[in-house]
Parts: sequence; structure tokens; C-alpha cells
Amino acid sequence: MQLIVAENVHKTYQVGEVQINALKGVSFAIEPGAFVSFVGPSGSGKTTLLNLIGCLDKPSEGKLTVAGVDVSSLDRRQGAAFRGEKLGFIFQDFNLIPVLTVYENIEYPLLMVQDVPARQRSERVLALLEAVGMSEQKDKFPGQISGGQKQRVAVARALVTNPALVLADEPTANLDHATAYQVIELMKRMRDSFGTTFIFSTHDPKIVGEAETIFTLEDGRLVDTQVKGEVNHG
Amino acid sequence: MGKLLKIAVRNLLRYKRRTLLTTSLITLGVVFVLVFVSVTGSFKRLMIAQNTDSMLGHLQVHRKGYVASIDNLPLNLNLKAGAIGRLEKVLDAQSEIAAYSPRIKFGAMFSTFVETTNIRLNGIDPEREFQTVSLLPGRVLEGDKTLARGDIWIPELLARGMKVKIGDTVVIVATNQDGSVNGKQFKVAGVLESVSGPGGRDGYITIEDAAEVLRMEGMEISEVAIRLHDFGRLGVVSERLTGLLEQELNQQEKPIFELHTWEKLSPFYNIARMIDVMTFFMKLMLIAIVLVSIMNVMIMAVYERIREIGTIAAIGTPPGRILSLFLLEGLSLGVAGAILGNIVGALIIFVLNASHITYDFGRQKDLLLQVSLDPVDVFVLSVIVIIIAVVASLQPAFKASRMEPIKALRHV
Repeated sequence: MQLIVAENVHKTYQVGEVQINALKGVSFAIEPGAFVSFVGPSGSGKTTLLNLIGCLDKPSEGKLTVAGVDVSSLDRRQGAAFRGEKLGFIFQDFNLIPVLTVYENIEYPLLMVQDVPARQRSERVLALLEAVGMSEQKDKFPGQISGGQKQRVAVARALVTNPALVLADEPTANLDHATAYQVIELMKRMRDSFGTTFIFSTHDPKIVGEAETIFTLEDGRLVDTQVKGEVNHG
Repeated sequence: MGKLLKIAVRNLLRYKRRTLLTTSLITLGVVFVLVFVSVTGSFKRLMIAQNTDSMLGHLQVHRKGYVASIDNLPLNLNLKAGAIGRLEKVLDAQSEIAAYSPRIKFGAMFSTFVETTNIRLNGIDPEREFQTVSLLPGRVLEGDKTLARGDIWIPELLARGMKVKIGDTVVIVATNQDGSVNGKQFKVAGVLESVSGPGGRDGYITIEDAAEVLRMEGMEISEVAIRLHDFGRLGVVSERLTGLLEQELNQQEKPIFELHTWEKLSPFYNIARMIDVMTFFMKLMLIAIVLVSIMNVMIMAVYERIREIGTIAAIGTPPGRILSLFLLEGLSLGVAGAILGNIVGALIIFVLNASHITYDFGRQKDLLLQVSLDPVDVFVLSVIVIIIAVVASLQPAFKASRMEPIKALRHV
């Protein structure tokens, strides 16, 4: 069974009197445990597509199913519950909560979203801190750690709820190449450890090579799909 | 909830200067209102006590229609022996009455054999009167603090004006009910401090002497002053007594008695009311201060943290939790302001009391300002501040909880 199925997905925005077609009939499927990248120039529709998969937005046309749920059918509250249960997010700017320590940032979704008991929270957070190599920094605040470390914390926060899918929009855009590569390697290792599907968008060609499936978007259309050396033109 | 509160407090501490300014503003408002309420409340209590414990008593009973003509002190509206007996039966059955005192009130001529003037007199049973209006003996500036037959206590202004000293003999001449005139000599036994309010410049003789001067054949009284054990129960007791006294009817099946609280008898009740109105407006100002300052801070907080709100919404935080987070921030500001305000207010009141500030009230000089902090005021003010703090946070919190994560995340 596919984790994500997109069938002829369109997304249109109205900006003032101008209509913008961000996605123009995109179709694809992603299996559980995949390590997928969406690539393409700015304005190609990568972020729009990730937002739709992340239930942060709804398609204008077509059907998008994530973990067996049609994202168009979810209202605001159901969307929040679905994201809290099934999805993890990694942001380009890390988006850690500045008033919480590294430990508390990772704990946040378990506490505020899933109401996990204290003991289980602690076990899960400590395991992830260990997994992302941030145990030593657990009592520091985001302002006291480097960009690469922040993104490691963000990866741990995204994984702490055991989501089926982690979405990362340009997760390495604000990192130097070496750190970016380490973060991607970390994500891959987490995929291997927890079986979580990772989807990230990037325009860094060196990072793109780390993905196992690469969807190329141009002008709102899916123009190319590469799976581990095999090339399928879409 | 504990964790949410911790996050809320940390968010407030993120903007230390702004939080400090807002808390200071709320604290100032609370201090101002608390000190005002305490000082005016103390003044009000003293003023009421001066009226009730010096002259009026907490309640008074008269024959029906007497109060309408009270300025004339009409002798034909006195209560007669039968009615007095019925009244005493009702009053004796009330456990909440601490004491009551019958009085004969009348107007008379006061003569020193050299000069003559007018005087209003109260004929009293000293022992019962002192139990009912306990400050009366304390008003004796010169002379004896006990009143015997043949003695008269006169107000200080009269004593000074007529150059009367303790031990002097004076004559009281009064018109009786039948229109005849009678006089009697009295020895000046005391000079009374004049106090503001009705009866504050009256003289006193014993009730037996009053009956003799007025040539009363049987027992008659003009009024009965009543003191309660608990002044706070005035309204309840007054209502119950009114009901009981209305059942006491004369031969024409009409009520014999009328009962009035001190509020109906003293013009100072209007000052007390004015103090209450001023206190109400002070509280309204406090509400405005809290409302505007907290709303301003919370609107700023939401605006500055739009991306953060987008992040927590994106990772699945339910809208209700986001709402709670911002409400808790407003609540924390309110609680901090209320606690600090109460502490600072209590300190200021302590300093005011320690400073032994005195003031004048009417003819009374150098009354000591004794400010007391009423726990009810502290509680009410704190509740007002906290509720308004939450109400002021509602709109920004609601806005934060309804924010679309996708738009919030794009916010620059």
C-alpha cells in the first residue's frame, strides 16, 4: 500500500486579481519508508506540494491521499490532529521554540500534541537526543547552539511522535555544505532506524544525490522522476 | 497545564522590559485603588461610627409620623406607656440587639440668669444610653462622665458662648404638651465635644428630669435608639424588625411604629454613598488600565510570534492549546500585577498607619487616620484584575489560535 498517492493534483492561488497556478496536474505515489526529494527551481511548486502533503493546505483539484486519508476531507481541527499523529516537520529556519531548551523542544509535540505520560516522554526524548547526537546539549536553549545542531534538534522533534512521514522544506538551505550533508545523512539514518518516510525539497544538486527517489518539478508540473539510477521522464 | 504555564511565563520573560512595564502599570493601578479604597473605607467607617456610636445608634424606632416632623421635636408624637411596653417586648426578643435606649427629646430655653438661648435636649437613661451609643461618655471634655439627676451636659459651643463652667447652675424652661411652661434648675456636670451630624450639638439630662420638666403624667418617650451586636447585619435585622413592628397596630388598625436605620437619619449617608461611587469609578479606571495594557502586550506578542505560532500549529498543536497558551500569558501578567500591587499597597498602608496621620472631621480635630486593609477588598481587586487580564487576552489569543499555519509560516 502506498503512503502517498497524488492524482492529477492542481493548486491555484488568487493573489489580488492574478490567478497563480502553482501545481498543474501532478500525479505520483510514494511508498512507506522511502527517502524522497522534490527538486526544482524557485516557483516550481515544491513548497506548495509539501504543504498539501503536510495537510497545511488543500488541493484545488484532484485527489491527494496521505496515509490512507484524503487530505481535502479534513477540517481545521482534524488537520491539526492528523499532523500531530502522522506527520513530522522540519523547517528551513529550524523554527525551534526559543524559550524552550533542546530537551523541551523535542518533548513539545509529545506534551502539547499527543499528551504522552511523563515517563514515556522522557524515554523517547532521551533516545532521540542520543540518536541525533545532542545529549550533551539537552539543557541549552536554541540561541546557544549552532545552525547544524538546531537542525538536528528539529529532526529529533519531527521524529519524536513516531510519525509515518517527515516533511522537510529546504532543510539544508541555511547550512554550509558539510553540515547540510551531515543533516541529510542523519535523516537517512533515522529513516533506516525508525522506518519513517522522509520527503524533502532542495535545490542543492549535491544534496539531491542523497535521495533515493527524486521528483523534479518545473512550472507546477512533474517533469522527471528518478529512482536509484533508473530514469523515468514524467 | 503546568508545562503550558511554564512556557507562558518564559514567553513573558522573553520580553523582560515590556513585561516589567506592563506589570508595573497593573501594580500601580492596584496600589492606587487599594490605598484609595482602604483610606476612604477607613474614613467611611470612622464617619459612620462617629454618627452611630456618638448619637444616633444603629437603628431608631419612633411613633409613626415622628421623623417627618423631627426638626420640631413634637411632644404630641411621643410613644405612650402601652406602646413602649409592646415595643420593648419585640426588641427584647431579638438576640441580635446588643442594647437599646429610650429617649425624650425636646427643645427648651437655656438660661444662666444673665443670658438665655435655645437648646435641644435629650432625656436619657445614662446606663442604657452608654451601652447603645458607647462614644457618648468619651465626648465629655470637662466634668463628670456620669450623669445624675439634676445634672446637665451641655455642648462646648454653648458653654463657651454663654461662659458657663462646670458646677454652674442653669435653668431649663420648656413648653409642655398642654402649652404650659415649666422650668427647672440644673447643675452643669459636663461639657460635651460637639460632633458633626444630627444631635451632635444636643445637651443631655436624665430621662426622669426630662419627664419632670415636661410635666409628663405617665411614661412617654420620643424615640428608642438601638445598637446591634454586628453592624454588618444592619440590613437583615432592619428588615426583620420592620416586618415585626408593622404587625403592631393601633386602634385604627394602623401601624404604631416606624423604624429607621442610621442611613435614613443622617446626611452623612450621602457622603458614604459618594465614597462608594468614587470607589466604583476608581475600580473602573483600574479595569481600563489592565484591559488596555494587557491587550496591547498580547497583540504585540501575537504579532511578533506569528511564525512561531505557525510552527506549533503545523506540528499539530490543537487550536485550543494555542488559545490557552496566550490566555495563560495574560493571566500570568494579571496575577503578577495583582500580587505585587497587593504587597506594595499593604506596605504603603502600613507606612500610613505608622506615620500617625491626623485629620479634622467637622468640629472634631486631630482624628487619627487608621487605615485597615480589608481582605474582601484585596480579594475583589485581585479577582477583577485577573478576570480582566484574561478577558483582555481573549481577542489576541483567539486570533493566534485561528491562524492558518501556512500563512503564519510565510510571515516575515
